[in-house]
Amino acid sequence: MDYSISLRLIAPEILLSVSGLVLLLVAAWGGQKTGRLVSILSAAALFGAGLMLFPTLHLGVVGPDTFAFGDQFRADAFAAFAKALIYLAGIGCLMVAPTYFDRLKAMKPEYPVLLLFAVLGMSIMVSASDFLTLYIGLELNSLAAYVLAAFLRNDTRSAESGLKYFVLGALASGILLYGMSLLYGFTGTTSFEGVRVALSGEMSTGMLFGLIFVLAGLAFKISAVPFHMWTPDVYEGAPTPVTTFFATAPKVAAIALTARVALDAFGTQVDAWRQVVIFAALASILVGALGAIGQQNLKRLLAYSSINNVGFILIGLAAGTVGGVGAMLVYLAIYVAMSLGSFVALLMLRDENGDALATFADISGLSAKRPALAWCLLALMFSLAGIPPLLGFFGKFVVFQAGVEADMVALAAFGIAASVIGAFYYIKFVKVMFFDDASERSVADSTTAHWVLLVVTTAIVSPLGYLVTPSLGDLTDKAASALFLLP
Amino acid sequence: MGGFPILTAMLAVPLIAAIACFFVEAKPARVIALAATLANLALGVLLWANYDIGGAQWQFQEEANLFAGFQYKLGIDGIALLLIILSVFLMPICILASWESIQKRVGEFMAAFLVMETLMIGVFAAQDLFLFYIFFEAGLIPMYLIIGIWGGADRIYASYKFFLYTLLGSVLMLIAMLWMVNQAGTTDIPTLMQYDFAPGAQTWLWLAFFASFAVKMPMWPVHTWLPDAHVQAPTAGSVILAGVLLKMGGYGFIRFSLPMFPEASAQFAWLVFALSMIAVVLTSLIALVQEDMKKLIAYSSVAHMAIVTVGLFAFNVQGLEGAMMVMLGHGLVSGALFLCVGVIYDRLHTREIDRYGGLSINMPKYALFFMLFTMASIGLPGTSNFVGEFLALAGIYQVSSWVTLVCTTGIILGAAYMLYLYWRVAFGIQKNEDAAAMSDLNVREWAILAPIAAAVLWMGVYPESFLAPMRKDIAALEARVARAAPEGDAQLAAGEPRRQAANAVAAPEHHGEDEGDH
Repeated sequence: MDYSISLRLIAPEILLSVSGLVLLLVAAWGGQKTGRLVSILSAAALFGAGLMLFPTLHLGVVGPDTFAFGDQFRADAFAAFAKALIYLAGIGCLMVAPTYFDRLKAMKPEYPVLLLFAVLGMSIMVSASDFLTLYIGLELNSLAAYVLAAFLRNDTRSAESGLKYFVLGALASGILLYGMSLLYGFTGTTSFEGVRVALSGEMSTGMLFGLIFVLAGLAFKISAVPFHMWTPDVYEGAPTPVTTFFATAPKVAAIALTARVALDAFGTQVDAWRQVVIFAALASILVGALGAIGQQNLKRLLAYSSINNVGFILIGLAAGTVGGVGAMLVYLAIYVAMSLGSFVALLMLRDENGDALATFADISGLSAKRPALAWCLLALMFSLAGIPPLLGFFGKFVVFQAGVEADMVALAAFGIAASVIGAFYYIKFVKVMFFDDASERSVADSTTAHWVLLVVTTAIVSPLGYLVTPSLGDLTDKAASALFLLP
Repeated sequence: MGGFPILTAMLAVPLIAAIACFFVEAKPARVIALAATLANLALGVLLWANYDIGGAQWQFQEEANLFAGFQYKLGIDGIALLLIILSVFLMPICILASWESIQKRVGEFMAAFLVMETLMIGVFAAQDLFLFYIFFEAGLIPMYLIIGIWGGADRIYASYKFFLYTLLGSVLMLIAMLWMVNQAGTTDIPTLMQYDFAPGAQTWLWLAFFASFAVKMPMWPVHTWLPDAHVQAPTAGSVILAGVLLKMGGYGFIRFSLPMFPEASAQFAWLVFALSMIAVVLTSLIALVQEDMKKLIAYSSVAHMAIVTVGLFAFNVQGLEGAMMVMLGHGLVSGALFLCVGVIYDRLHTREIDRYGGLSINMPKYALFFMLFTMASIGLPGTSNFVGEFLALAGIYQVSSWVTLVCTTGIILGAAYMLYLYWRVAFGIQKNEDAAAMSDLNVREWAILAPIAAAVLWMGVYPESFLAPMRKDIAALEARVARAAPEGDAQLAAGEPRRQAANAVAAPEHHGEDEGDH
């Protein structure tokens, strides 16, 4: 493989890293006041990198043409789809941040730069086809994310959140590394392709341990039960724009990565990991739904909601078919829109002093004070609950369809029955906003950037979103086929 | 009809009006809602007028490839036609009924109602399995809001119960639908109605669909959400709930359970009969002791719906036609009864029966309407419900005399609780001064009640108008389920035809013994 071709394949990553470094210099010399400028330039860099993905995505390029650096990195349609979602989520999180941090006088140019590096790490993660590439991407992402979580240096909750994230994230990385070293020891290679070949046939106990450890480490990153404990604490403590980011982009990256590892590296041992994934899926759905019921804090509630959603996404992975992965990607796309929308709505919920309306008691009777905001949140919540005709239903629909087609009717039936438990707390949102008497707290005006994001995401989850499902399905089918090149 | 997409138009008119209602003040919102529902009624009449009785089974078909995984495909047969007519007929009445009683958030209320109308028409017109599901499920959102925002004191409990109960019922149906589509390779309802699933699979599919439709119907013992929802919902909400939403359960049985799973339907007929028999007697007895008017009518709905289910599972033409007629008749009559309650509730703000009395003295016109609808609910000949109940019971008699016996008891009990209600409200002494001071019907209330009264009498006197459009579809359904029809215990056998006219003086050797061996 020609070196220049490899470089061309990683063009988006090159663009991101160069812009990240340059903007870091700008931030270092320009000082605090460049925060907004660096944000805009970062968003532009993400947009530019996104444009570079377009041909791959549109043509659905898969196969050896997309392997860079001796198959350590794959810029195929699957990676391109995940990257597109990640970049879009990143742009969204850049848009909402300045207003939030300005109010706290904490808008620093480091925020967009760190975010850019985190996105770069994710970009490498989803393209990784070697365990070492995977680890580099993952750590680049994680290190930036730890700092982002603790971004409000004077806020103890933010610092606590960063520390928790760091300690548990490091533990997860350790588990992952341990699994990778086991796999390397037993198979003699770190490339996905080599592991795949070595794993075919009878699997030794050591290999099985390696596989389980790798999956456990990844489950940490996607916050699937039983490795979800950090999620509510980190989500609650981190500054809300950062939480928005955590709930969207890294989720996409980690899930896409898990899918690639499971179906590519472990593609010959589907039965070995499927039971793990099925357990994680059902446990996540159940814990996400039950854990959320008692929550009063809105951010914590959305954290449980994201655990719940991961469970549904994993059902698509458990199906282990092209349709299943396609469904998973469709769900991911819809999930990103829903989470982005609901966290932006949380950001907009502040009183005149800039204090967040953080609990159910604070937002009671919101529909009387801010009807537009309340109706958008209503659409987002019903969508998260998977009630038609909102687009959230379509995500669940395709995932369960994939499950049923893969002959996992019992799993699908259990999952969908458990989704009714989840509906309970989503409709509680609606009940509090629409049925209860208004609380004393006033709600301040929001900026245009927030409104734009909220209206766009609401329009996506509204029934209008169904009109884009054919083209979305087309893209995800092409992307999913990238993981099924070999029999 | 040429190429005019009338069904899409009927879906679009209320939807556009709903969006408009969001952005306007109370007064224009009311006018927009009324205009839109009347326009839709006009379209409905046009639909009926252009429906070719005896023509193709599926008419006014429309198709567009808009979505991934399913299609936008509409079309109606006679059964769907009548239910759509029922929906569009009740809608303007509901808007008028909430003209004055809804004072807060009028625009949003009208929008929720108009969205509801779109969804109801969509349910009956959808020809794609998943499109049907989306319309069927989506109704939860506006109804949840209608109960929760504009409902009575205990509205939050009622709205949660309504939402979660019906959601749990229908998600299992979704899994069954996914399995069916995977098996049959199509989402087209008419094709699926002809598809033969393996009898073993039918059992599970039938149960999954039953979970949804039994809750929606509602059948005993999953009916408990209904009295709560009815009591707490505003008047118009109750009318739509009783008039149309409950019919979705029956429509589901007719459209899905019976034609798609005939063997399983026969297999589980005993279950349906048992639940229905319990429902008829039990809920009628419960209705007898109610102190709250709306609750009484809600329980009577459960009893009437039980007649529908036994009629459906009789597997013969009379039973099916009777079930459809009861659904239509009950849609009108229970809606009208809720409106009657609403009329006096608006004046006295209580639904407690004891607070009224002797209304026939100060509200004679009201008492007359209330009497008509009471009688119709009992099933007096000449009213809509008589036709339906008679046909349904005649159908079930061919299958089981015992079921007929128990269900007929329910009708007698029905007469008891309705007459007892009417006596307490309209007759007797005027024991409460404020109730005695209430004024009689105003023009708006006339406009609400008179059309329903006319329709009730029309259905009772000349049911052929309503039976004709669906006759062919019922016959097709009967032919479809005939292979699984259970054997009745009535042992009907045609007797020797008489040689003479019935009124001929019998010749000594005959003694009139050959009257047919029933």
